Amino acid sequence: MVTETIAAIASAMSPSGIGIIRISGPESLDVIDRIYQSKNGKKKIKDVHTHTIHYGYIVDNSNVVDEVLVMIMHGPHTYTGEDTVEIDCHGGVLAMKKVLETVVKNGARPAEPGEFTKRAFLNGRIDLSQAEAVMDVISAKNEYALKSSLSQLKGSVQESIRDIRSKIIYHIAYIESALDDPEHISVDGYGVKLREEIKPLKAQIVKLLKSADEGKMIKEGIKTVILGKPNAGKSSLLNILVGEERAIVTNIAGTTRDILEEQIVLNGVSLRMIDTAGIRATEDQVEKIGVEKAREYAKDADLILYVVDASRSLDENDQSIIELLKDKKAIVLLNKSDLPVEVSVEYLKNQIHAPIVWISAKEETGIEELENVIKDLFFAGELNFNDEVYITNIRHKTALEEANKSLELVENSIEIGIEEDFYTIDLMDAYESLGSIIGESVGEDLVNEIFSKFCTGK
Amino acid sequence: MLRRNDEMEIEMNHLVENYDVVVIGAGHAGCEAALAAARLGMETIVFTVSVESIALMPCNPNVGGTSKGHLVREIDALGGEMGKNIDKTFIQSKMLNKSKGPAVHSLRAQADKSAYSREMRKTLENTDHLTIKQAEVTELLVEEKRIIGVKTYSGATYLAKSVVLCTGTYLKARCIYGDVSNYTGPNGLQAANYLTDSLKKNGIEMFRFKTGTPARIDKRTIDFSKMQEQFGDEKIVPFSFSTDPESVQIKQESCWLTYTNEKTHDIIRKNLDRSPLYSGMIEGTGPRYCPSIEDKVVKFADKDRHQVFIEPEGLYTNEMYVGGMSSSLPEDVQHEMYHSVAGLEHAKIVRNAYAIEYDCINPRQLNATLEFKKIKGLFSGGQFNGSSGYEEAAAQGLIAGINAALSIKGKDLLILDRSEAYIGVLIDDLVTKENHEPYRMMTSRAEYRLLLRQDNADLRLRKKGYEVGLISEEQYQALLLKKKLIEEEIKRVEHTNIGANKPVQDLLEQYGSTPLKNGTTLAELIRRPELDYEVLAPIDNNRPNLSYDIQEQVSINIKYEGYIKRQLKQVEQFKKLEQKKIPEDINYENIGSLRIEAKQKLELYRPMNIGQASRISGVSPADVSVLLVYLEHR
Repeated sequence: MVTETIAAIASAMSPSGIGIIRISGPESLDVIDRIYQSKNGKKKIKDVHTHTIHYGYIVDNSNVVDEVLVMIMHGPHTYTGEDTVEIDCHGGVLAMKKVLETVVKNGARPAEPGEFTKRAFLNGRIDLSQAEAVMDVISAKNEYALKSSLSQLKGSVQESIRDIRSKIIYHIAYIESALDDPEHISVDGYGVKLREEIKPLKAQIVKLLKSADEGKMIKEGIKTVILGKPNAGKSSLLNILVGEERAIVTNIAGTTRDILEEQIVLNGVSLRMIDTAGIRATEDQVEKIGVEKAREYAKDADLILYVVDASRSLDENDQSIIELLKDKKAIVLLNKSDLPVEVSVEYLKNQIHAPIVWISAKEETGIEELENVIKDLFFAGELNFNDEVYITNIRHKTALEEANKSLELVENSIEIGIEEDFYTIDLMDAYESLGSIIGESVGEDLVNEIFSKFCTGK
Repeated sequence: MLRRNDEMEIEMNHLVENYDVVVIGAGHAGCEAALAAARLGMETIVFTVSVESIALMPCNPNVGGTSKGHLVREIDALGGEMGKNIDKTFIQSKMLNKSKGPAVHSLRAQADKSAYSREMRKTLENTDHLTIKQAEVTELLVEEKRIIGVKTYSGATYLAKSVVLCTGTYLKARCIYGDVSNYTGPNGLQAANYLTDSLKKNGIEMFRFKTGTPARIDKRTIDFSKMQEQFGDEKIVPFSFSTDPESVQIKQESCWLTYTNEKTHDIIRKNLDRSPLYSGMIEGTGPRYCPSIEDKVVKFADKDRHQVFIEPEGLYTNEMYVGGMSSSLPEDVQHEMYHSVAGLEHAKIVRNAYAIEYDCINPRQLNATLEFKKIKGLFSGGQFNGSSGYEEAAAQGLIAGINAALSIKGKDLLILDRSEAYIGVLIDDLVTKENHEPYRMMTSRAEYRLLLRQDNADLRLRKKGYEVGLISEEQYQALLLKKKLIEEEIKRVEHTNIGANKPVQDLLEQYGSTPLKNGTTLAELIRRPELDYEVLAPIDNNRPNLSYDIQEQVSINIKYEGYIKRQLKQVEQFKKLEQKKIPEDINYENIGSLRIEAKQKLELYRPMNIGQASRISGVSPADVSVLLVYLEHR
């Protein structure tokens, strides 16, 4: 029903050979024509037959982004029922990101989670009997995207966006109060002031855009959570992997009470390592919160490293961790291989279907093997990035660009001397775009701002 | 005291009458509701606690103002009375925000209060099918979730097919200042103390809201030399599209501007502990936009003065309204406080300022038609629905009255959406959003305000008024002609070429506009911020002789074309969601993929369409997608 053209990465975000970018919607062919160049440079996608494949390049302002195959499919005989283009590009994470960004820059918008499925259904391409499943996909994907979008956004980025937004809403509220109560508040000449105040806001947005380009806006990588009961050696492991003393290591059980997070690259695979509090039944309030958090992280993890103290027998705490591992990708690490073995390896093998690696965090042995196991899992395609991470980043970028554009429109309105009430139209657009990044809508923000900051009324 | 009859069956020794429509209350909502229903041919009876208080203005002596002026225009376009009535009884008129864009121009008129009330009463009294009855309605008669009539305090029964509740601020009303509190409605009028219980018995959820009004002062005791005189506009624009603009060019009364000062604020601060607002004596929720002077002093402590507008209450009274200084402080503090204001040093207070508390409903119990979701045939409008203001009340009263009649006729009910009218925004906000204070219209609440201008209310809404039956054939034909003339003139202006000749360059220079290098069109020149349609007349040789309102439309439509097109596109998207109806029997429990919060909210509000669902706080875009898929699947 909505007629915008959308795009997303359709293949898994793993370094497989080929990545697929899918574009769907009425302007799909226009979008691809803007960025596709055939070998001889003459072919127009609009002229080719449906369901054909074309070799060529994706170019952005005459710079070649990637060498690709483009598949053209006219609606309604496509997955979504709309005109659809699929771009097969090189499979690297970076290549896919670049191609998608080029597509978005040229007229498509990043798809919402589950949007392809939704369109397919609404256009009658998916059987009515599957409605239930379609709804589940939409709701689950959105839930995940929202959570991951916020948790991936760096704290400083969120702060910066909130700061820009609070300034924008102040200006809107000021202008609106004056329009609402012209006999109490005057907005005459406000443009001059506003023009000066918009400049730093734009600079702030440009800075954010730059960090988005450099991938610094969000935390990327396979979300890898280290679990284990207290004093199993989780923090020691993290320290070895990170190569510095990040976590405080003591032999007192329950030392890591909060969650530690580090980004590392092992054999070219990017990991977000998350160290958690040891899981055990505890009465200590602070530790309890840590344990709860650990459970939550485990649920969202792409990969779990389960650290077992091999010198102790398994107990009920291990049992509760084993529960958490169900349906999760995991690696079992038998730590303290330097000490006599008490744990039943047989039992673990029966309970958990995951590779088992012997390590000694103390002696730093077995680490290389661990790295290899992770690499193998990744290249076998068993470990996926959640592609939402990347599409989220591109969504954020698009939103920032739109906010910037809206502020430019305000400047333009001020420049040509349009009445002040028009400023708020574009200011509001900027406010909304920025809000979409941190998952906040407008709601009653404006009315609340007006009443809290400005004294109006009879 | 008569024993009230609580039985549902009708007893022989009490009066029983039959009507199509019963309207409870004859304030601004009730008058519009009653007139609309009667004019649509329904036998209608309107109840008021006092015939003298028909269309009473118990607070400010004006009609219109920012965004409220839009409402009055819309009421008029649909065939309501408020605009006509104020055109007959105003004593000063002003177009606010004239130096701003056309979307925020707003008409406001000072009313002669008693003339306003008298004139409206005369109109009601001379409307066919309309009966006025002075009595207190104490009970709703409901059978199988359908309204069948009402009962009055005396035990009389009035059977009806539709009932419209417009009780304003009268339900269990209490007026308060200092430690003085009276169980009366505004101006000491009798409160309605029984109806709330009957509403509650029928499962209706009630709120308790509060509002207030400033003192009235004897004109002879004011020193106007210490104040600034505020004049009306030189050229007066009427509210009603049917009023002859020549007929409203009257001699106007002035208002006066003065200020509070540090002394005033000191007096207030010293006596805050005696304010019923701060002592907890008042339990109702007050409006943030219309704070009492004590609220302003506390909340905006850094301001060393606040504006005070002294406005006449009418031609034949010395009472002056002290705008900006509503209060519920004790009488002695009020005296001291008002006397501290420049020009009011020796003022005699005719009526004290007071706060008023009253029962109203949580409006989410209503459909956008203003009919109760759970009781068929029962409608409501005005302050009873949790709004504030005469104009907001009249707008809802009109819609409720129209729909009360249409439902009897078995026709489709009238719903205006957010892209069609401020009235649509007002009602949608009331029935869709959490409302914790008396709701006031504001231009910032209308997301498509560039389209919802006061100047084009007739073009937007007359057709609807005609279809409903409140606008005559003749008026409708006049509208069609106006539309045609506007379109033709826009076309002509877009195709009129202007050369870079001397008269043109001279005119441009006169308005500080860049001279032309090449020829252009007249439309392009109109788009320049410093120019408009009117000032270009000297270089537009073939300009037809058109009335001012047509010229204005041409100018605005060309000048702001870019913005208007942008909003029209947004409206297109908006309409798509509004048109996706949600079936009345939907069971949100059965939609597994909805989040729990969304399920609860949807169940609470039971929106009529997807668009409305998407505006409920707590319903996410993903929930809307899920709903869309679910509806497709049914």
